[in-house]
Amino acid sequence: MLKYIVKRIGLAVVTIWAVATITFFLMNMVPGGPFLSEKAISPQAQAALEAKYGLDKPLFQQYITYLTDALHGDFGDSLKQRGRTVMSIIQTKFPVSARVGGISVLVALCIGIPLGCIAAIRRGKFIDSFISVVATCGIAVPSFVICTVLMYFFGVKLRILPTLGLTSWKHYIMPVIALAFYPTAYIMRLTRSSMLDVLGQDYMRTAKAKGLSQVVSIFKHALRNAILPVITYVGPMLAYTLSGSFVVEKIFTIPGLGGEFIGSITSRDYTVIMGTTIFLATLIVVMNVIVDIIYKIVDPRIKLK
Amino acid sequence: MKQNPISFQLKLNPEDFLPASEEEKESLVIMRESVSFWKDGFRRLVKNKVAMVSVAVILIVMVFSFIVPSFYPYSYKEQIKGANNLKPMQYSEKELEAIEAGEKVFPHIFGTDKLGRDYAIRVMMGSRISLLVGLIATVIILVIGSAYGSIAAFFGGWVDLVMMRIVDIIYTIPDILLIVLLSFALKAPLAALTSLPGFGWIRTVGENLISIFIVFALLYWVGMARMVRSQVLMLKESEYVTAARALGVGNGKIIKKHLLTNCIGTLIVTTTLQIPSSIFTESFLSFLGLGVAVPLPSLGSLASEAINGLNTYPYLLFIPAALISLIILSFNLLGDGLRDAFDPKLKN
Repeated sequence: MLKYIVKRIGLAVVTIWAVATITFFLMNMVPGGPFLSEKAISPQAQAALEAKYGLDKPLFQQYITYLTDALHGDFGDSLKQRGRTVMSIIQTKFPVSARVGGISVLVALCIGIPLGCIAAIRRGKFIDSFISVVATCGIAVPSFVICTVLMYFFGVKLRILPTLGLTSWKHYIMPVIALAFYPTAYIMRLTRSSMLDVLGQDYMRTAKAKGLSQVVSIFKHALRNAILPVITYVGPMLAYTLSGSFVVEKIFTIPGLGGEFIGSITSRDYTVIMGTTIFLATLIVVMNVIVDIIYKIVDPRIKLK
Repeated sequence: MKQNPISFQLKLNPEDFLPASEEEKESLVIMRESVSFWKDGFRRLVKNKVAMVSVAVILIVMVFSFIVPSFYPYSYKEQIKGANNLKPMQYSEKELEAIEAGEKVFPHIFGTDKLGRDYAIRVMMGSRISLLVGLIATVIILVIGSAYGSIAAFFGGWVDLVMMRIVDIIYTIPDILLIVLLSFALKAPLAALTSLPGFGWIRTVGENLISIFIVFALLYWVGMARMVRSQVLMLKESEYVTAARALGVGNGKIIKKHLLTNCIGTLIVTTTLQIPSSIFTESFLSFLGLGVAVPLPSLGSLASEAINGLNTYPYLLFIPAALISLIILSFNLLGDGLRDAFDPKLKN
């Protein structure tokens, strides 16, 4: 077990390093440099700026400096938002994204798992076909479609929900539905198939034979085993919520990190792009490691490689 | 000759050794012709109604996006004067005059956009782009993934170890972040490349589209590689591989001829299911403005442009949105059907 954890963490560290390196060199590959899009500035001012940000040093030295600074949580200053460090931007924007994303993940789990179970238990009945059809259609709809359709019906036509910003609880409804839609559909499918698998196991027959009621046997034996594959999905779900948040935050103008990332790309704010990329990548990778380790602990049948 | 009832002599009947008559021969002919892998799978696929409906939908969409635009009276970048923001089936004043003068004017089935471009043809071109991106990206993924996976599995040992560690790392890298980043970073170098002779075609395709392909080629093959690897690991223990090796067949030929042909079922299914996810990613990027270059429409960019006029012209959004969902849904269902037909083991 310890060996597995060490190996998994090692892989994660390599991955984060790879992302940081790729990001750094990609950003340096973009010709022109960060100050070229500004108004024409004198060569002296240009040189002074470059000296201030260490851009006159050789590339490899910049890379080492950037990595050591990043390790200390310092991603430099924002080039476009004067006087703000990248870290302070992340600190103010990330909680917003995390709140919306976290609620969506919870909603997806709370709706997806019960419905998937119901579909499996009532296999072949109307409700099963209904849930399956909804789930199949659900994973085919891109998040921007859901966002815009929701916005049109609830925001523009019925005018019952606010479309912009994130100030009251009402503002959360549409972004959360949009973000939770795909994971919910996916979890429904996943739970249904794994539940069907579990219901066919011998121990379920034993439970029935020894006189357990259906409710007890499902909650005590079936659900616990059927939920395992869902745990493995939490990692990818997180990545999805994040990528969905780029679109959702852009459409609903939520002041979160996803919107900030897209915004920094359009405004060519290099340091913010690099900082948010590394931060979000680290977040996803770390969450994936945690999920993997939890999975191995929860399900001892998985062979430790 | 009288037979002795307790004799141990074989009781042979000379009639049993006569040549068989035609009738007898006929009864031994196998009436049912042998079913090949393709026939068997195909038969199962045809029986699957959902899959057949998806095939029909995909074919219809393909006809509309690849064939119909070539004889459609409007072009996707032609701006018709005075025909801005028309409702579906509505004519501009000029066109109404022309109709009254006895000319025939082709109706704007889905209306026009704010620049006066016929929306139906834009939607058709948009789905052409989306389909093309999905198909080309999938071919790239198929080639790289199957080559990588089969090489790793076939040679095994430390080759496998190193190659699969690389896959692990790429697999854990958050793809969306890198896609956005790469398509941003590759824009300028690709634009520089277009000015070189022989690379002018990049501009027509659009730098963003090329960078999407590069991203797919760099990142998205890992799933395919894992799938192929697990199949090849199993197949390479087969006798026919040993036999081929004993006959002196080279490694490359064994992989191509024996291993990859034998996991063709998995390859077909994984490839088909890859197409919708490529389309998904492309529409996502186009929606964020990182996809196809401007006059060229894609379903994602059409939807993105329509958001600003959502209040007055909601159909501009709903048409591409519905179409992209329909395309992805059909490919998903077809992939499921193919899996049931060609690779029943994969079904969980």
